[in-house]
Amino acid sequence: MDQYINTPLTTDKVESLKAGDYVYITGTIYTARDAAHERMYQMMNEGNSIPINLNDNIIYYLGPTPEKEGQVIGSAGPTTSSRMDKYTPLLLDNGLKGMIGKGKRSKEVIASMIKNKAVYFAAVGGAGALLSKKIKASKVIAYDDLGTEAIRELYVENFPVIVVIDSRGNNLYEIVLQSY
Amino acid sequence: MRNLHTDEIIKNIKEMCIEANYKLASDVEERVRGAYERESSALGKQILGQLSENLNIALEDSIPICQDTGMAIIFIKLGQDVHVEGRNLEDAINEGVRQGYEEGYLRKSVVGDPLIRINTKDNTPAIIHYEIVAGEQLEIIVAPKGFGSENMSRVYMLKPSDGTEGVKKAVLETVKLAGPNACPPIVVGVGIGGSFEKSTILSKKALTRNMSQSSPLEHIKKLEDDLLIEINQLGIGPGGFGGKITALGVNIETYPTHIAGLPVAVNICCHVNRHVSRRI
Repeated sequence: MDQYINTPLTTDKVESLKAGDYVYITGTIYTARDAAHERMYQMMNEGNSIPINLNDNIIYYLGPTPEKEGQVIGSAGPTTSSRMDKYTPLLLDNGLKGMIGKGKRSKEVIASMIKNKAVYFAAVGGAGALLSKKIKASKVIAYDDLGTEAIRELYVENFPVIVVIDSRGNNLYEIVLQSY
Repeated sequence: MRNLHTDEIIKNIKEMCIEANYKLASDVEERVRGAYERESSALGKQILGQLSENLNIALEDSIPICQDTGMAIIFIKLGQDVHVEGRNLEDAINEGVRQGYEEGYLRKSVVGDPLIRINTKDNTPAIIHYEIVAGEQLEIIVAPKGFGSENMSRVYMLKPSDGTEGVKKAVLETVKLAGPNACPPIVVGVGIGGSFEKSTILSKKALTRNMSQSSPLEHIKKLEDDLLIEINQLGIGPGGFGGKITALGVNIETYPTHIAGLPVAVNICCHVNRHVSRRI
């Protein structure tokens, strides 16, 4: 089923999404990948606040290429999500509602998603030029020293993703293999 | 003896890094675009359609095909009658990579120490494989490699008695474990024989071989064809969302090995299988 949703990603919106749904996201989302996750995780464990408000928000696992003059952002496709698994349950416990990446997630992440009512989307891996066209604004808001791994605030319009794991734990990657 | 100045090498490597990241080689592009017709799953078709569109946008709007513009893997075949003048050859190659990644607006994805992990900010050093050959030419292959797929690659030290079936099992297991992580549809490079490290270099080299050329060895060509069929029966499909097209091709390279061994390396590459070659 095709769905159009706007951020913030509140619990009622999360619960309306099912594994296999094709979703177009509009609104503000944030980027963070390996190094930014490591830093946020450390800061939270030390009791410090982090640069983004996780509540009802979506993190996109992305490290873009540099933008040219006149471009909002460079190539902007998803990176492999499993590298963020170690840090994810803590972020979910603190209000994160959605993640965009590609590939499998750990049992711990899926259990935490069910507990916290969150959703995991995949964007198409290797379609970074196409996906960049759906990003209408981009600015670095933290960890500038990390270069491509800095945290960016993005404004996206009809950003195309697929629900891989929904808030009940249904997993599209496993469902499709059962028919083979 | 022919003199070749490193300025020439720097310029070529710079151009090749940029070219590889904005335009797929025609053999790879044909496979990506051709997959659309062969896929039967609706979602799989939709994904393949987007991959074709992505290639168009990359060229028309000058945006790298994928944001992971890779670590620069470089194969050098240096004719033994070439005299390289100017700088040290390795420095020149890295200078070409530095200039290419900067001027081409490519992502700097290399960290200097694998544990301390500070970005070198110019995508160097490259990974360089040298071969000394006859003649007075320099052949360069630049193959920027993304790590989503690199991370899903594996090496198996099989027993000779495992034979062809053992090789198949290893390749299929690797593809299954990679699943959606490696951005299917994938290209599978396999190195069989040699030693532990030789097999891995062969598997990387296999990825740079033209996809429309099968192995010249009859039994290896059959293995390539059989593996492609079996991989595409796994059902992983484009993006891992199910379908017939899990791999676009299987390329295998072989080398003599020890009486006691059968090394097999499986190097997985996503559909953005980038490689540019030049002879200067």
